[in-house]
Amino acid sequence: MYNAKFVIPGAIIFVGLFTAPFWTNVFSAKHEAVKLELPQKPVTFFGEERTQCIEPREWMAANHMEMLIEWRDKALRENKRIYVATDGRKWETSLQNTCMACHTNKAEFCDKCHTANSVSPYCWDCHVEPQGNK
Amino acid sequence: MKASRRYFLKVAGLSTFAMAAGAAKADAAYEGYSEGLKAKRWAMVIDTRRFQKPEDMLPIIEACHKVHNVPSIKGPKEIKWIWDDTFEHAFANDPNPMLPEDVEERRFFLLCNHCTNPSCVRVCPPGATYKTEGGLVAIDYHRCVGCRFCMAACPYGSRSFNFKDPRPFVKEINPAYPTRMRGVVEKCTFCAERLEKGLMPACVEASNGAIMFGDLNDPNSIVRRVLAKNFSMRRKPDLGTDPGVYYII
Repeated sequence: MYNAKFVIPGAIIFVGLFTAPFWTNVFSAKHEAVKLELPQKPVTFFGEERTQCIEPREWMAANHMEMLIEWRDKALRENKRIYVATDGRKWETSLQNTCMACHTNKAEFCDKCHTANSVSPYCWDCHVEPQGNK
Repeated sequence: MKASRRYFLKVAGLSTFAMAAGAAKADAAYEGYSEGLKAKRWAMVIDTRRFQKPEDMLPIIEACHKVHNVPSIKGPKEIKWIWDDTFEHAFANDPNPMLPEDVEERRFFLLCNHCTNPSCVRVCPPGATYKTEGGLVAIDYHRCVGCRFCMAACPYGSRSFNFKDPRPFVKEINPAYPTRMRGVVEKCTFCAERLEKGLMPACVEASNGAIMFGDLNDPNSIVRRVLAKNFSMRRKPDLGTDPGVYYII
């Protein structure tokens, strides 16, 4: 390789500098995971008081967006408005009436993660925010 | 060559099977409400003899607009799901200068006719408006791109466009139902979300029996029994859309 003794160290330094923001963030003391306020109060669904989320917490954090899209298509296109979770419990497929019935604080729940991850979904242009914000 | 073809067929067969199994699993996780009302073809009958003045109709219009968060905007950017007008305007292709006085002065409810052959569904480029199993014409607002082809196609003027954010114009927001956003078209849904839970549409409930709702394919349904005994008209039937709202004159 022509001028390898300059090119290879140069390339290594460039990659190091280019990714520096990630490294400083991950290893700095300031970095911490987003702390969500999870609801504690039980809410009644299908005549049963529930405190646990629809699916396990980790699965919900990773897949809630795809689940909501599937809920929408099932409810609107196929008239299937009940979701049977993997543990057999039934839920109405409704963002406003199911999710936000427990997660009454959008600012402390939705927005915290979405802001940290720099995503801006437009759910709330139409869907009504829960009253827990006020 | 022979081996690779065989391999390709194996993989193709297996992946088809896997996809079919996956689809079946996803389907099993959803169901409809057991108390939901089912019909082959929902239809509405309006006994117009019981509505003479705008005051008779206001509570029904308000019941609909309140439950669906319909904004009240004055002027040409108005949004309406159900409204009222004269015979001359409602049945524009049936001009009759010799109408009896009470019919001439009567007001008629106008709303989406949920046609059997809806022209709006045919022209919608993204497939945002569609027909459901019960014969309702529905809109998926998530998919609406605001092109307004459907408004041009609808012969009944049943669709309204959100020229601006409608939320400031909704007096009292019903937290159980969404609003719409700027840039989408909206209209009457025959209360699909209420039928699904075993409730009659909001206008039917508010009308004290003057508006009837049922399955047009079921000879014992209330709409069929009422239509069998009374003369009824539909709006612009000559266009071939086969509207689902019947007016008893």
